[in-house]
Amino acid sequence: MNTHNITHPEAASEFLRNKERVQWHDETLWFVRYKRDKVVNEIPEWEQLRELASQIKDHTLSRLDEYLQEFEAAAISNGVTVHWAADAAEHNRIVHGIMAKHGAQKIVKSKSMLTEECHLNEYLEAQGIEVVDTDLGERIVQLNKEMPSHIVLPAIHIKKEEVGEIFHQHLGTEKGASDPLYLALAAREHLRQKFLAADIAITGVNFAVAETGAIVVCTNEGNADLGAHLAKVHIACMGIEKLIPRTEHLSVFLRLLARNATGQNITAYSSHFRKPAAGSEMHIVIVDNGRTTQLGREAFRNSLKCIRCGACLNTCPVYRRSGGHSYHNATAGPIGAILAPNLDMRKNADLPFASTLCGSCTDVCPVKIDIHNQLYQWRQVLTKEGYVPAAKTASMKVMAGVLSSPARYTFAGKWARKLLRWFPSLAMNKKLNPWARQRDLPEPPKESFREWYKKNSREL
Amino acid sequence: MRVALFIPCYVDQFYPKVAIATLRLLQHLGLDVHYPMQQTCCGQPMANGGFEHLTGSCNSNFIKAFAGYDYIVSPSGSCVLHIKDHLHDDKQEAAASTIRHKVYELCEFLTDIVQVKSIKASFPQKVALHQGCHGQRGLKLASSTETVVPYFSKPVQLLKMVEGLELVDLDRPDECCGFGGTFCVTEEAVSSAMGLSRIDDYTKHQATVITGTDMSCLMHQEGLIKRKKLPFEVMHISEVLASGLAF
Ligand code: SF4
Repeated sequence: MNTHNITHPEAASEFLRNKERVQWHDETLWFVRYKRDKVVNEIPEWEQLRELASQIKDHTLSRLDEYLQEFEAAAISNGVTVHWAADAAEHNRIVHGIMAKHGAQKIVKSKSMLTEECHLNEYLEAQGIEVVDTDLGERIVQLNKEMPSHIVLPAIHIKKEEVGEIFHQHLGTEKGASDPLYLALAAREHLRQKFLAADIAITGVNFAVAETGAIVVCTNEGNADLGAHLAKVHIACMGIEKLIPRTEHLSVFLRLLARNATGQNITAYSSHFRKPAAGSEMHIVIVDNGRTTQLGREAFRNSLKCIRCGACLNTCPVYRRSGGHSYHNATAGPIGAILAPNLDMRKNADLPFASTLCGSCTDVCPVKIDIHNQLYQWRQVLTKEGYVPAAKTASMKVMAGVLSSPARYTFAGKWARKLLRWFPSLAMNKKLNPWARQRDLPEPPKESFREWYKKNSREL
Repeated sequence: MRVALFIPCYVDQFYPKVAIATLRLLQHLGLDVHYPMQQTCCGQPMANGGFEHLTGSCNSNFIKAFAGYDYIVSPSGSCVLHIKDHLHDDKQEAAASTIRHKVYELCEFLTDIVQVKSIKASFPQKVALHQGCHGQRGLKLASSTETVVPYFSKPVQLLKMVEGLELVDLDRPDECCGFGGTFCVTEEAVSSAMGLSRIDDYTKHQATVITGTDMSCLMHQEGLIKRKKLPFEVMHISEVLASGLAF
């Protein structure tokens, strides 16, 4: 839910209060990145693979309309029903419509960031329909009435002891139990009943092949397969950017995805769905929800290349220390900070500033999205459109004035140093100067370099 | 070869000794070094804050100050990257483009242009190198751990020439310290947490001196170190490379 009323810095400092949790969050995700580094280094042609993936995606985006039509025609001829949704609301209505047609009351869903983006669960629950997320991590956050905090590891912010407590409350496991195997078995038992009782299964889509109309869903738990094969109706929800032209291109992306995501060679299940089994139905809902707008924004177009591996989150030193919820958006981390302002600039104006522009995200991205450059570009757009505080604009104007003139700069520098020496307490005011909360200021020297140089340059 | 020194504004004001070390080091290598008095700031704080549109007069001032030199050298990867990527001026775009191509961070200038093979410096200490992100990933001063490319590091190449210097290995050799320009103030909590993690890494590996190619990253870490009264010395790489040199 987009219920945020606090900004990223506020939410982050809240998260940072629990030092132990932050350290554990940081170390756990760093460990995932470390594993990732190890396996990608086993592939000497890794950089060529990235380049190839990036080019395939560039090409697909440049002819997206054609590939979408090709995909639709192929899917229809496979016996699949294809729906088009312009936005989240239409997506939810379509899914609900299919359910109503079948009188369905119980849904199992495998992890899909798109349905999260569209707030499908809340929508369906409001209509009295039970939706069960079947990915273990997703189920944990769902029981805890939260959003996922990571696109691949949705419950990464929750410790196993807390999972034990959540399961104790909702699934009746023993109080105080935190053994992962015990908890996983309990979840499996619980989910199995849900799978068997479900009328309809919803899955996401990792890749949609234009040539064949087939979709591929990657999971580690096999929950997408189990859901889709047990239920009579399978609804697959996909964003328009999930397309790739041909089956042969899958080999490139399947090699990249799991390695970059978690350091596995490949996901445990890469399930291909092409046509409904005899006696059952398969639906594909193709969703825009702002994606064509992003396609039209030259500077941000290639954010649509994202294959949701989550690596930019794992590597992001800000994400690791602020937690996924601080991004108040379905997709957190650096890529989320690019996608969110496209949906709502006012609500998400803080996110492109939640970065040091260190560039680690750009280097880790398997499809070579220039993530940190796009964050820089968003800052320019948001500022020009007036989505930053007026005080910041005013102070930046003063700064620009001082820094554009050698005389004003020399004068201001001299007085700033003097003031700092005379009234150090002013600068050390923790309220007025956030720098000073945990850091000392550099000791101002008597002489700037230019003053020194003026005096000494003759002898140099 | 006429070399212009580009000294970032905060180095000029707060760390004149870093500028002096840079100047001495370049002169020691026999270069004809000048400090154009007209220079102020590269405009990066405004641009990264989203106010690139306010950097126009900063840019034209920068171009006026630095036009006509063979090379422009700066002890700051971050500011150099900003100039390389963002220095533009409608009225003198040709001059802007020349500058964008002639500006170098100190270490890359020494390894790639001057091609120094030895430095007579001596610095018998256990040193941790903080690789500033803008230098490392932006200017490609060193390979990054995310990419699958042969290892290289221009700062390390230079530090290895210093007699007695022992470079310690770090658990996270290229993690950001959290300075990030205005980020260090607007996201104070995350910024400080990031800096403190770096410092834990140095402590764990028993470094006594922290060095780096960007004084801004070092200023932030020094601030945390001083507040915690930790026994580290913080020095810019120019100071390390110039230590023990006879002037
Ligand atoms: S932006 Fe790149 S690194 Fe981040 S989730 Fe998408 S594909 Fe992965």
